[in-house]
Amino acid sequence: MAGTTVLGRLTWQAATVAGVAAETPRVTTIAFDVPGWPGHQAGQHVDVRLTAADGYQAERSYSIASAPGGTRVELTVVHIDDGEVSPYLTGELRRGDQIELRGPVGGYFVWAPGDGGPLLLAAGGSGVAPLMAMVRLRAAAGSAVDTRLLVSSRSWEEIIYREELERLAGGRLTVVHTLTASAPPGWAGYARRVDAGMLAQVGPGPAERPRVYVCGPTPFVEAVAEALVGLGHQPQAIKTERFGPTGS
Amino acid sequence: MPPIISRGFGGRRRGDAPPGRVPPGQYVTRDFPVLSAGPTPRTPLERWDFSVTGEVDEPRRWTWEEFRALPAEEVTADIHCVTKWTKLDTVWRGVSVDTLLEGIGTAAGYVIQFSDGGYTTNLPLADVRGGKAWVVFGYGGGPLEPQHGGPARMLVPHLYFWKSAKWVRGLRLQAADEPGFWEVNGYHNYGDPWREQRYWGD
Repeated sequence: MAGTTVLGRLTWQAATVAGVAAETPRVTTIAFDVPGWPGHQAGQHVDVRLTAADGYQAERSYSIASAPGGTRVELTVVHIDDGEVSPYLTGELRRGDQIELRGPVGGYFVWAPGDGGPLLLAAGGSGVAPLMAMVRLRAAAGSAVDTRLLVSSRSWEEIIYREELERLAGGRLTVVHTLTASAPPGWAGYARRVDAGMLAQVGPGPAERPRVYVCGPTPFVEAVAEALVGLGHQPQAIKTERFGPTGS
Repeated sequence: MPPIISRGFGGRRRGDAPPGRVPPGQYVTRDFPVLSAGPTPRTPLERWDFSVTGEVDEPRRWTWEEFRALPAEEVTADIHCVTKWTKLDTVWRGVSVDTLLEGIGTAAGYVIQFSDGGYTTNLPLADVRGGKAWVVFGYGGGPLEPQHGGPARMLVPHLYFWKSAKWVRGLRLQAADEPGFWEVNGYHNYGDPWREQRYWGD
């Protein structure tokens, strides 16, 4: 649990598929029940291990998308055509199947309501997953921390968690989308890559000293983090998590 | 607990791994993924220096020009990231840590690498001596890109790659060990990929 020390070795644990849900044409969320789950912090990740019948194994790491609490762990996975693990997770797993998980892992890219805010969360594509864990935790805890979530997606159809974000937004949670490849007719929102001007409009500004979390593909994170530093945000306040492309 | 067989999982990449080159739990990538915890620092070369400090008889410091005038060598190594990718036969250019520590008197048993941006990572001093570690400024025949740690980073290829600090600015030698950035955030204090020392308790 948050704030406690892992004393023993993190062991591989059986995880049973409780549900599989398509988020977008290429992105699937798999919910696992992990009876011995020790709990996690919003923003942490988990190692996944698959074992073939002849003993061959493949491991990958995925961010946890679900809020802490209970023994449910949700992973949101992008199908990579030539990947080894993601096509199995997104295309093959059915309710009742079992794989193995080891975690949670990582004590830096994490947030808890007690950490306070304001929060500026910037996501590129499936980089929204660990930020969604924070947004879900914030809602579940009844936190009133001023939170701005900026999500960059290629198109309207490719926005992950779109309907859930629509339900959660309001009050002191602002959700802003930008669409980088195509926008539907009449789209009045941002339709470009995240830049300094967009970040300044979404806020909060450096004077409010937000805690900043940026997650996405490397070029996205590089550009956003550099723009934030340029706007005057303290580099130490900007936590980043980058992924790919690793063909996984 | 014996591993659970994943129904319908065949594994596509089993042919990718040359025997003896890929540690347990790793897979081979041809990309060069970037992992860092914050913004990429941009220190101008005229303000860059590299120092050896701590429990040494005489601290040392090199400007960028002085550092680049040190004897450099080409290093080919396999690198292993704790996030599970392994990249084979990466080619670097840099200065051996043996060169930087030459003639320095110390009774220290540990070394802390420290970097622009505040990153630190710790390891036994013996792990950076004897041709095992370099401060590299070149990659793949060109300069080391900022996102990969340029202008200069550590290269300690026998340990997981978080033990090779990007944007490194110096080595602090200490009698006592002191866990660094990831080592206090859940990751193993030593990080031997062949013993799969990824996390606390491994």
